[in-house]
Amino acid sequence: MNGASVLRFENVCVKFGDAIALDGVSFEMQAGETRIVYGVAGSGKTTLLKVALGLVCPDSGRVFVFGEEVTHLDENGWFKIRAKMGILFQEGGLFDSMTIAENVAYPLVNRQTTQQRAAQNGHVEERVREALRFVELEGTLDKFPSELSGGMRRRVGIARAIVTEPPLLLYDSPTAGLDPITANTIVHLILKERDLRHATSITVTHRFQDGHLLANFRYNPSNGRIELVGHDPGDHVTTKFFVMHEGRLVFEGTQSELSASRDPYVHKFAR
Amino acid sequence: MHPHVSIVNVGGIDLLDILKPSVQTFQDFIIMSGRAVRNIFRSPHYTDDILLQMDIIGVGSLPIVLFIGLFSGLVMGLQLSRTLATYGAQAQMGQLVSAVLVRELGPVLVSLLVAGRNASGIASIGSMKVTEQIDAMRALGTDPIQKLVTPRLIATAVTLPLLTILADFVGLLGGYLIAKYRFDLQFSLYWTSAWQVLEYNDVVQGLVKPFAFAIIIALVGCFYGMRTSGGTEGVGRSTTKAVVVSSIWIFVVTFFIGEIFVNLS
Repeated sequence: MNGASVLRFENVCVKFGDAIALDGVSFEMQAGETRIVYGVAGSGKTTLLKVALGLVCPDSGRVFVFGEEVTHLDENGWFKIRAKMGILFQEGGLFDSMTIAENVAYPLVNRQTTQQRAAQNGHVEERVREALRFVELEGTLDKFPSELSGGMRRRVGIARAIVTEPPLLLYDSPTAGLDPITANTIVHLILKERDLRHATSITVTHRFQDGHLLANFRYNPSNGRIELVGHDPGDHVTTKFFVMHEGRLVFEGTQSELSASRDPYVHKFAR
Repeated sequence: MHPHVSIVNVGGIDLLDILKPSVQTFQDFIIMSGRAVRNIFRSPHYTDDILLQMDIIGVGSLPIVLFIGLFSGLVMGLQLSRTLATYGAQAQMGQLVSAVLVRELGPVLVSLLVAGRNASGIASIGSMKVTEQIDAMRALGTDPIQKLVTPRLIATAVTLPLLTILADFVGLLGGYLIAKYRFDLQFSLYWTSAWQVLEYNDVVQGLVKPFAFAIIIALVGCFYGMRTSGGTEGVGRSTTKAVVVSSIWIFVVTFFIGEIFVNLS
């Protein structure tokens, strides 16, 4: 699947009243790539993800997902596209009234047709357990989100995002408001998911450490450890950085290009 | 280049700019309402959610509705008894209590009560909005209007007329207790006059009103809940706004429905 266009923005603008959230944003992502989006609060990072997911409609410009133009797609059309996307919301976005198991099973149960549901009946529970095992929270199946800590809720959010094994994953500030140890655990999980399934992903963050980890480390499935990326061809990680400022995409490039940037705003994210 | 010339400009203030947010809000309300109504006839139908909402709105409101119904009948009977005694028209007690309760007081009182109780439902939708659960719903392939608004609309539209019928009956019972206690009015005299005064027009009016109010309460509540922003403080603001706006519309709409039925009779 490498090389196929997964997400393309063409001069996308979004306004909320008089406030400009996205201002002429253009980029393209190929399958298997990892993008890290840096920017201060209010720079348009979350809006960018919401446009990609069809939760916010652009005022102008064009958006393509999996090669299909989605700019003016209605909600029903979006449901089919979103079935191929996983999202972790900043607040986790877990349903308070459902148990953790029901939350994680939701995309599996909700997106299936009746026939698929009948065929997969026994597999849903298995997939839910597998996804929760991945985030090391298998023991929380019958708990409610309110019984978990912020970091645990975020991990359940990751389990829900990956349970359908979508080809495109969007992480909205996965480490915001977490202590450094929990934040590292979350990034390790994102890394592990990326390197096990090679899914395309966008991670929005304002933490330099998150981008550093995703660009320079990889998950080694043979020993289950996170290791520094070496120089072997198999170690190649296709990570690019975006920096957003006041709704504009002010930087797009590799980590070395980010480090070499002389723009004072961009340079803030290079340390 | 010509300067921007507004159609309605008073003292340098563009009136269209002032009206724009209200018109926009009303337009959004109409769009949401249209989708909620359209979803009644579209799959998937969330029957469990409809039944849950009927339980919360209908069964949950029952004790307070019966209590308020009984006391409104008692109070009305008490106040009317003095006036009726002046004219020696105590036998008319059943007629008066019945006409006022069924046509107006029953539907309005029950609807105001349910609008107030509905605040918890608005807060629940509001908190789902601020914690991104509604976005998550959309992202995971569920239409939030289908899942949250339509079940509440159906549940309120079904239960509110039923609650009103019960409140009317209990209110009449309250009126009878006063009639019996104050005038020693015969059971059959009270109930026969209460029943006979009601025309087809009154009964229809007494059921159309709670049905219309139910639509207002459910849609206005869900609309403000779904528009919540600004964290937990925003949830409080939405709840207050929804209850106030619903209550105002209940009074406005009861006047117009009353006007239609008065002209029909």
